[in-house]
Amino acid sequence: MHFMDEMITATHLTFRYPAEEEADEQYENPRILKDVSLSIERGSFTAVLGHNGSGKSTFAKHINAILLPEEGTVLVDGMDTREEENLFSIRQKAGMVFQNPDNQIVATIVEEDVAFAPENLGVPPEEIRRRVDESLKAVGMYEYRNHAPTQLSGGQKQRIAIAGVIAMQPDCIVLDEPTAMLDPQGRQEVLETIHRLNREQGITIVLITHYMEEAAQADRVVVIDDGRVVLDDTPEKVFSQVDRMKELGLDVPQVTELAWELRKAGYPISPEIITENDCLSALESLLEKESIT
Amino acid sequence: MLKDITLGQYFPVDSVLHRMDPRFKIIFTMLFIIMLFAGNSIWTLVLGAVFVLMAQLLSKIPLKMSWKSIKPILPILVFTAVLNLEFISSGDVLWEWSFIKITEGGLQTSVFMICRIILLIVGSSLLTYTTSPILLTDAIEALMSPLRKIKFPVHEMAMMMSIALRFIPTLLEETDKIMSAQKARGAALDSGKLTQRVKALIPILIPLFVSAFRRAEELATAMECRCYRGGEGRTRLRQLRAEKRDYIGLFVCLVFLAASIVLNVLHKV
Repeated sequence: MHFMDEMITATHLTFRYPAEEEADEQYENPRILKDVSLSIERGSFTAVLGHNGSGKSTFAKHINAILLPEEGTVLVDGMDTREEENLFSIRQKAGMVFQNPDNQIVATIVEEDVAFAPENLGVPPEEIRRRVDESLKAVGMYEYRNHAPTQLSGGQKQRIAIAGVIAMQPDCIVLDEPTAMLDPQGRQEVLETIHRLNREQGITIVLITHYMEEAAQADRVVVIDDGRVVLDDTPEKVFSQVDRMKELGLDVPQVTELAWELRKAGYPISPEIITENDCLSALESLLEKESIT
Repeated sequence: MLKDITLGQYFPVDSVLHRMDPRFKIIFTMLFIIMLFAGNSIWTLVLGAVFVLMAQLLSKIPLKMSWKSIKPILPILVFTAVLNLEFISSGDVLWEWSFIKITEGGLQTSVFMICRIILLIVGSSLLTYTTSPILLTDAIEALMSPLRKIKFPVHEMAMMMSIALRFIPTLLEETDKIMSAQKARGAALDSGKLTQRVKALIPILIPLFVSAFRRAEELATAMECRCYRGGEGRTRLRQLRAEKRDYIGLFVCLVFLAASIVLNVLHKV
């Protein structure tokens, strides 16, 4: 069945924040999401790009029913987010990791924090213990299980937050700019962790980001601008539209830009270059051809 | 610099007292307090002292730590002593100068009161020295759970306490940052008159509050995302389990309490 392969399905999703009570009745907040239709396949790794205020975080918050659509529907594993009784099943299915690791860690001890979600779900103690150990091993933080979160680095804290979500045994993890507050090493740790979870456990990943290099590693890139999906394709196809991306106020990976400039200068190089290795081999063959002629 | 403030008083060593069930330790402390305050003879104090000494030895907490817990209450001790010396007049007059009159009864009462307060502090601080704040919170939640019947929000209170504990270091770090930022803009935080210094705190407190509210909101969302829905149907990773040593401890405490009651009665006769 085609339907079952879709983890998340948004149809004609429109959203605006409700007007404040004391505000003028005529006044309505601007629409943040405008008719977004998007479906995300089970087991895929999708990056959502967009500059600040594009609506990408608002979209993320619709996936686990923190925000509910004004019009249209969001289905998570076939469950409508507007149905009250689905709320906790949806939140358990689609976990969410936020930008600031300090503001999502609840407990004073690492393993206690990872246990928080299964405790809320009423999982029996022995099973919680098993899940906590497994989740901490999955993010490579098992040896830190008795540490206080304040003793850890940003990247480590963010991995604890990810472990806290994995302990719910979700099918999907939505990460809202999880690396924005981290140093390069922390970013690397977090990205490696989510790629491994995607590869090894088949967890669907939706990564909201504004780092092009992170998006380049995804299976699919969705670009949101002013509340609409404007581009939606493989990273190669999206980033090769360098002009369009610049128009949207977004960058492309440096290597893509290099290839693009070379092409403009008349060299026969593929526009779909997004990794350093691709770029290197393309440049190599280009140089070989040049030396022959 | 603010980071140096240690959280709570927990003194992590491995001892019998550390391993005891925190619920029982809270009960022991309460029984001990009852014993101290119900007794009115010097013998109950001796009994109390023996009890504290025993617990102290079992806990492997150095005596230096106990001194540390008495130090902050020294002014209160002095105040109590002076008050008792001055206002209780019974027995022979020992010393007199203008309106000050020290009597034998007064001296006895004030020594008695000081000893009682010292024992109280040393004994009850053993609870916080040997129990980590999280375990303490868990134990309070467990002990207060009967109050749920009268709709007292036991779980919510325990959750608030543990979140407060979790955020103390984070907010201290933040305060440090804000202080540095304001100093960099020329705020004079440690000079000037007292009123000026208090005023200088405002530019630190306001950003701190704003950020604390923002954090609170984000934390609430993150907790909801992890399926938090209050205490109902919630299970715990760590189970508090009473063992043989806890019951032995309870027995010892009850024996001491009984002994002090007997001494009390005998003393009166």
